[in-house]
Amino acid sequence: MNAITDLGGGGRRPLARLLTRIENGDASVRPLLPELFAAGRGAHVVGITGPPGSGKSTLVNALITEWRKRGRRVGILAVDPSSPYTRGAILGDRIRMMEHAADRDVFMRSMASRGELGGIAATTWIAAAALDAAGYDPILIETVGAGQSEVEIARLAETTVVVEAPDMGDEVQAIKAGLLEVADIIAVNKGDRPGADRAARQLRAMLSTAGGRVERKPPPVMVTTATTAEGVVALADAIDAHRSQARSRVAASERAANQVRRALADLAASRATAAPDWAATLEAVAERELDPLTAAERLLDR
Amino acid sequence: MTDPPIRILIAKPGLDGHDRGAKVLARGLRDEGFEVIYTGLRQTPEMIADAAEQEDVDVVGLSILSGAHMALLPRTVQLLRDRGMPDVLVAAGGIIPDADVVKLKEAGVAEVFGPGTSIGQIARYFREHVRRDA
Repeated sequence: MNAITDLGGGGRRPLARLLTRIENGDASVRPLLPELFAAGRGAHVVGITGPPGSGKSTLVNALITEWRKRGRRVGILAVDPSSPYTRGAILGDRIRMMEHAADRDVFMRSMASRGELGGIAATTWIAAAALDAAGYDPILIETVGAGQSEVEIARLAETTVVVEAPDMGDEVQAIKAGLLEVADIIAVNKGDRPGADRAARQLRAMLSTAGGRVERKPPPVMVTTATTAEGVVALADAIDAHRSQARSRVAASERAANQVRRALADLAASRATAAPDWAATLEAVAERELDPLTAAERLLDR
Repeated sequence: MTDPPIRILIAKPGLDGHDRGAKVLARGLRDEGFEVIYTGLRQTPEMIADAAEQEDVDVVGLSILSGAHMALLPRTVQLLRDRGMPDVLVAAGGIIPDADVVKLKEAGVAEVFGPGTSIGQIARYFREHVRRDA
């Protein structure tokens, strides 16, 4: 038995332990990766992102309930930010999801971003692969509360849901580049608040004028009230319906390119930082004897 | 490479609704470099053990002011053992009489922090007592 075959048994403990090793960048994980991916069952990876307080966790909770009714086993990775000063973190997404804690067909794991700025942790994609190998489908990845440019989730997820609150701002916010641009589906949450329908109309109007990425239809804009599950059936339907679209050859190769680019950058960084003249090169940049790009080139050419 | 942060689950078992202390501790431990999973109010021992299992935490911290500690804390310890997590450090904070502290420790609660304990003391205790197998 090894860590991968253990996952197939459906027990929580082997998966939880493996996730810890993945998060910690444990050296024993690297040789497991090919097998981990081969064991994947092709789960639908869904990103849930949006500003802090827009109701992402509560909406995820409502989606879990809906997918459980449909007989799906749901995996959740919920990311919250790490302190850049102490490395500490408050991981609070579970508060809204505790009603599912005892359900053996729901696995929820909190992750700290551990220094990453894109809204997810560097190891989140491997953690998602582990949930896939353990038979969870869909896998929901809730990002840190995102501002305008934490779009890393769109590289990883097949379907990205951007959650906005009704008071998101004026129409110009809707045409800015960034977060809204990567949305496959937009949920205007807190739909019981005044202005929710108006915000949804504004978003639809502004997003219909341009497609962001080429050959893309504007994303559907839906109104949800996570606390009462209003609109959640329709949202789950829309996410499920997007799955086949996300698996088109074009979408899949675009995602693959992004993921490999990201892996390349990570690999280059980890090799360069392990180079023997790493410290000396940093010193040279600090002393302004070398510019950062030339320094990086030299480190990579070792 | 530095050691990964200690992961702690902080929960309020039972029915008392006062979580200011738990939140202050969560915040303080964050500043001490811990990853703190906060689960909120009115948790059953089962919910706490299930969450601790999925989160693979090093420590479970239980804040309790209701007086129901003799019922809820040993049960949580037992459930963690049942789930194959005997090494998880279970600590309690709140209003707990000295006579009960002895019994709780016999039941497997590692430490009880009463009023006036500083966050620095609590953090130091966890750093010294967390057991991590390789």
